[in-house]
Amino acid sequence: MIAIEHLTKRYGSTTVVDDVSMVIERNSITVIVGTSGSGKSTLLRMVNRLVEPESGRVLIDGRDTAHEPAHLLRRRIGYAIQGHGLFPHRSVAENIATVPHLLGWEPARIRSRVTALLEALQLDPAVFARKYPHQLSGGQQQRVGVARALAAEPEVLLMDEPFGALDPIIRDKAQDDLLDIQRRFATTIVLVTHDIDEAFRLGDRVAVMSAGRLLQYDRPEVLLKHPADTLVARMTGLSDRAMRLLALTTAGEAVVPGASDGPGVASSASLREVLCELIWRGVDSANVVDAAGAPLGRLTIATILAHGRPS
Amino acid sequence: MRIAAGVLRCAALTLLAAFLLRPQSFAPLFAPLTQYGAPPIYDQGNLLALALAHVGTVLVATAASAVVAVALGILVTREQGAEFLPISRAIVNIGQTFPPVAVLALAVPLVGFGEKPTLIALFAYGLLPIFENTMVGLRSCPAAVLEAASGMGMSPRERLFRVEVPLAMPLILEGIRLSTVINVGTATLGSTVAAKGLGEVIIAGLLSNNAAFVLQGGLATGLMAMLLYDAIAMIERRVCRTVRVT
Amino acid sequence: MSVLGVPVGQPRSARATARAARIDRLGILLTLLGATALVLLPFVVLKANRIAPGDPRALVEVLPRWAALGTEALLVLVAAVALGVARARARLAAALAGIVAVALAVAHAAALLTPPGNAVVRVAPGAGFWLLASALGLMAADAIARLRPGPAMRVLALAAFLAVAGLALAHGTFDSLSIMREYAVNADRFASEAQRHIALALGSLGAAVLLGLPLGILAHRVPRLRPAILALLNIVQTIPAIALFGILMAPLGLLAAHVPWAAAIGIRGIGAAPALVALFLYSLLPIVANTVAGLRQVSPAALDAAHGMGMTPWQALARVELPLALPVILTGVRIVLVQNIGLVAIAALIGGGGLGTFIFQGIGQTAIDLVLLGAIPIVVLAFSAAVLLDALVEALDRGRR
Repeated sequence: MIAIEHLTKRYGSTTVVDDVSMVIERNSITVIVGTSGSGKSTLLRMVNRLVEPESGRVLIDGRDTAHEPAHLLRRRIGYAIQGHGLFPHRSVAENIATVPHLLGWEPARIRSRVTALLEALQLDPAVFARKYPHQLSGGQQQRVGVARALAAEPEVLLMDEPFGALDPIIRDKAQDDLLDIQRRFATTIVLVTHDIDEAFRLGDRVAVMSAGRLLQYDRPEVLLKHPADTLVARMTGLSDRAMRLLALTTAGEAVVPGASDGPGVASSASLREVLCELIWRGVDSANVVDAAGAPLGRLTIATILAHGRPS
Repeated sequence: MRIAAGVLRCAALTLLAAFLLRPQSFAPLFAPLTQYGAPPIYDQGNLLALALAHVGTVLVATAASAVVAVALGILVTREQGAEFLPISRAIVNIGQTFPPVAVLALAVPLVGFGEKPTLIALFAYGLLPIFENTMVGLRSCPAAVLEAASGMGMSPRERLFRVEVPLAMPLILEGIRLSTVINVGTATLGSTVAAKGLGEVIIAGLLSNNAAFVLQGGLATGLMAMLLYDAIAMIERRVCRTVRVT
Repeated sequence: MSVLGVPVGQPRSARATARAARIDRLGILLTLLGATALVLLPFVVLKANRIAPGDPRALVEVLPRWAALGTEALLVLVAAVALGVARARARLAAALAGIVAVALAVAHAAALLTPPGNAVVRVAPGAGFWLLASALGLMAADAIARLRPGPAMRVLALAAFLAVAGLALAHGTFDSLSIMREYAVNADRFASEAQRHIALALGSLGAAVLLGLPLGILAHRVPRLRPAILALLNIVQTIPAIALFGILMAPLGLLAAHVPWAAAIGIRGIGAAPALVALFLYSLLPIVANTVAGLRQVSPAALDAAHGMGMTPWQALARVELPLALPVILTGVRIVLVQNIGLVAIAALIGGGGLGTFIFQGIGQTAIDLVLLGAIPIVVLAFSAAVLLDALVEALDRGRR
């Protein structure tokens, strides 16, 4: 639903984004990953026209984004950045209500939307609606930033390193929450990060950029098994690609009928987690159980290792 | 501390009001300072009228300079006005070295004596603190907040009035407060060019060697300046209660 | 991306060419001001005597044809530079040339309009001259701001400017101008009042530093006292100058009347004493506040290291804290000096002397030239003090980095 066609951006003699084209599916999470200076943030900001391209265009649902005033376009697109940029002089509720206000929603609708979003992000509305940004912790501020971006029910959500400033423990939870939100609101999310693990964890498809060029854009397994060039291979990790590949599959997806006398593992656990558990315990196989505890089958080390290979 | 300040505030206001409304009741206090039977209380004009004229001049001039200074401050911090930024800073620096009395003295040949040169001098001198603070306030807006505002779909004008100006408001009000207090002082000098104000009382005292007059004028002006300073500080606290730029 | 929307990282040449291609908008403003000044406003005002209202005269009316045409041609050239040339040095050179030309023009015009031997006729610079000079001055200031000179350069430029102006004045170039005529009449008084003025400003500053520095250190060391001290000084600061002078007159007069040695050392109810005390009080807040702020921004790590090396608190203060706080403290000194140079002018009202006497006498006699005789030196003094102290602060700051 978002078609990026030959976008190019130059600053002086430096080409920051070089003829990038990609198509982003509706109701998916696309992650753009690259080192700093790769042009990923600039590319993202060309989607909502915070940066105007030299050449090329962006089509959302077939309509060229250049054909309407930029600030009106942005009211239909959610935008969450690393510094979150919460307005210090407005309460949490007022912050979240910003775009609905700009769009002229009725007060009742705005209020119920704010409450719904706060609950969705596990912030008690009774406690947090009236607080001010400086009274919140870093993690809470980040969640309010996401809520604000989703307030006007946008179909597209753009996120620029949204989890960069969080502690590793909170970051995992925040990533889980994002997956949850995407499922719940069916938003199309485009996310920029420099963390390849985050990209593989969140992305349905991952775009690898370097020096302004799009090197490869595909599902994570494809990037791992068939990297387009050595640059992509290096970025996705040469020394631990097997582990990364294992992290992409869950126990439930790889389970084989049978029973084992080993420990039980959840079906939602990744194969990498299961492997580590087996190594730690010094056993060869495990029982896979579902969320209720019912047995689904078993996994042996041999099965797991087979999943870790490209063929 | 808050309560002490509140008590002082009320006391000052009551004192000033009492003096302006019933000046003669203070006569016994000032009598020891006079010599040869000179009048202890200023009697060449209505004290209340003078005080009101003084405050009026200050408020009119400050309001006018606030409007112009904030507008100029906004203009200079926009993209289109960026090339005027270095010269603005230079003007602010140069302007602050001009003593207020010189500005007043130089306004007289332009418009004559009376209220007009005082208003012009107050307006011109009051521009600088407000202009400088507006510039600094608008430019110290955190970049992430501005980016978020644009990214959310605010037009440049909406961004200016809903985000940038509210966040700069504490500094702007601080500049207005500074300007007001300086203006109360300069307005007292306005009496040397025949403007109506409390300076008249002080100058009459100096001319006729009447220490009582000088003290009355001095205390009344001092109290007025303090009360205005305090009043604007209260407005600042009320308006900017929530702004805490981390 | 910076707030102003100028893309960061764009190489300088691209920006410079982009700017050179357009007409400079400040140049447009200045050209309009200059043109208005030249065409619509009087260049000089010819007065029959020092207090008469006077006849406005334009530039072309007062200078001989070749001089007028030459000056106007030069000004048109300067305007062209202001509009089209982007290089700051060229703009500065053009502005300075314009200032010199205009100054010489007004001096020459005054000399021409004054009948020889006539000491009564006065030729004063008109509104047109002032506006033109201001526009040229703005152009120079803008060019200097763009060049971003270092502190040594700025002091040198100031010295050069003062030297040139001083030489021109001493040489008698401007002698026919009304302001210099007033000076001629009041020459010795001018010298003594100027000395008085500087003495009062520096004296009160010195006293304030002597008391304010320890007070500031105290306020920093004992945080409980800080709000009270600062609040008290703030209250003093809001009292208008003339009011404070007035309020001090009574107690000082009483002191002089009842304490013999006070009168002996010169304390009186009027004159320099109340002015000095008032100025001293006004100077306290900036010194104390800046001392506190300066000490606060000393890095805790440096202080820690000093203590760790075995310095006593006093040694740490003298060798580490104060030197590191010095730039901020000196900024306070600069604020006070500039403020005091202005406030001393008001002291003239209570008999304190100083250049303000000319200002108030001029107001009383409606002799504007006398007012200018007092006001212009005050502005020059304040400006010089600001430049010198700013340069000192910046030099110290740079030395630290």
